Amino acid sequence: MVDATVNALSGPRGPKPKKALSSTNIIIYGTLFVVCMYYLLPLYVMIVTSLKGMPEVRLGNIFGPPVEVTFQPWVKAWSEACTGINCEGLSRGFWNSVWILVPSVIISIAIASVSGYALANWRFKGSEVFFTILIFGAFIPYQVMIYPIVILLRESGEGITAVLKAFNPMLEAMGFEGFKTFRLMGSLSGLVIVHTIFGMPILTLLFRNYFTSVPEELFKAARVDGAGFWGIYFRIMLPMSLPIFVVAMILQITGIWNDFLFGVIYTKPETYPMTVQLNNIVNSVQGVKEYNVNMAATLLTGLVPLVIYFASGKLFVRGIAAGAVKG
Amino acid sequence: MAVTDTGQTKVRAKRPSRLFKNMAAKIAAIPMIFTALVVFVGCTLWTIYHSFTRSRLLPAPDKWVGLDNYERLWGENRWLISIENLAIYGLCSLVLSLTIGFVLAALLDRKIRFENTIRTIILYPFALSFVVTGLAWQWILNPELGLQNTVRNIGWESFTFDPLNNADIVIYGVLIAGIWQGSGFVMVLLLAGMRGIDEDVWKASRVEGIPAWKTYIFIVIPMMRPVFVTALVIISAGIIKVYDLVVAQTSGGPGIASEVPAKYVIEKMFQAQNLGLGFAASTMMLLSVLVVLIPWAYLEFGGKKNG
Repeated sequence: MVDATVNALSGPRGPKPKKALSSTNIIIYGTLFVVCMYYLLPLYVMIVTSLKGMPEVRLGNIFGPPVEVTFQPWVKAWSEACTGINCEGLSRGFWNSVWILVPSVIISIAIASVSGYALANWRFKGSEVFFTILIFGAFIPYQVMIYPIVILLRESGEGITAVLKAFNPMLEAMGFEGFKTFRLMGSLSGLVIVHTIFGMPILTLLFRNYFTSVPEELFKAARVDGAGFWGIYFRIMLPMSLPIFVVAMILQITGIWNDFLFGVIYTKPETYPMTVQLNNIVNSVQGVKEYNVNMAATLLTGLVPLVIYFASGKLFVRGIAAGAVKG
Repeated sequence: MAVTDTGQTKVRAKRPSRLFKNMAAKIAAIPMIFTALVVFVGCTLWTIYHSFTRSRLLPAPDKWVGLDNYERLWGENRWLISIENLAIYGLCSLVLSLTIGFVLAALLDRKIRFENTIRTIILYPFALSFVVTGLAWQWILNPELGLQNTVRNIGWESFTFDPLNNADIVIYGVLIAGIWQGSGFVMVLLLAGMRGIDEDVWKASRVEGIPAWKTYIFIVIPMMRPVFVTALVIISAGIIKVYDLVVAQTSGGPGIASEVPAKYVIEKMFQAQNLGLGFAASTMMLLSVLVVLIPWAYLEFGGKKNG
């Protein structure tokens, strides 16, 4: 509107033709090109280093493409690289991470989605208070809670063991093998619980906000038809909210795969996740440093989140935008 | 619920007890309540309490020593270096990631081509873990074979950039990696905020003949205040938690030159067997989060209740 009047006053002119190569455009695209180079550089350096042999790496040109492409560093990183006396390579860490990841993602999303559903559609007295505590808890540095959780895991492990062992005389009398000591601290199941706990704030927020946006009429209609808490959850909410489940999965897969702190604290060397093992391989002080193997190992560890990232596109952005409170 | 219930309550012969009303939801919320009360509130209070006790290898709840741990903490060189590093890292990374994030968001907002590709490239480091980030930059900044050597080989013999070997600037080496990893996320946040601004604002400023940079500084930025505040809170909370990046990239070295509080806490608790100091240090971390969080919460939620 305003543009039109201005144009009319200054004489008959058509719309200003756009120049593709205006100086502004050159500056914008030039800057963006340089910026993209900066962001891509480390990935490029990692890839070329991992494809070189050690003699070539020692020549000292990190940007140079490999003269002789070799996949030996990748093989070595996967199956032979050493941490201390163990020389099984990263593969062990990879499978540990998978065994941590799968149950953690499923359990944390299951629990958080039900919590979010209860908060959105079945509010009870105090539910909002708990939710507020949960959200503010997301900002508490993990270091504050880490040690008491060690104690909680150890004690509950002992408690569960005591309960299980109470059945042992009976089981042995029946010819079965008795229960062994059950540990939460230092085991994968303990780490799964920790991931479930610390994934709770952001996931609950995500699901609560999503379920709140579902039209209330649907919920009421189902109530009139006699559906209860679980009926509505499984028959209406779950099928309607698959996109948000995908977002939650992306968030959890990248978050749990990339975790280092909990892996160090709550597992032991045999069950270290991939990130911890990677760090131990690269930063071990023994032996000659093999930078090409190190970079191959680093890329291998980064591969899972990168694949998720490039495959998921906009959903990843949606996930982290929702994950904004996680910090 | 209460409103819809009023019609029915008169008809109902017997009202179920309050506690059992909505029972399924309450049972379903037990994990959430457990997390909120036992872990977030309970564990935090537990740590704060034990920071006032003489806990060494094991927590010692009955040996109350008052502020002893805090006095020792603030008298320890390693802690002071950690705090100094955190301050430098925090300030630089706040300023840089907000500036870089904003400039990139503004550039992407100019209706450019390939926006999706460029955004994908800038954001991908955020999908990587701090360990991967730290190790990648450790290699690039390697003094013997990395960037420094490569530039020297090209012909610039006197070129010196070896943050990982130089205790004075090592924290800036960590900073470069941190910015690389996190600035894309800030950009995405700010871009979302920028897209929320009414197109008419731009039309109006164009009619008035205000140059674009002035529009950004005097109109767009003030309008984006809430987004900036959110970004600020998120970045600050992340900065205080910095741990794996330092562990992977420098292991705190050279010497103790790149130590950070989060690393200090973990080492005191699990390696130095000095739980008391670890608890005191982690309580200080909590305190610094509260300094950021409370004003934010007050602005964000306090205003609405009153208004």
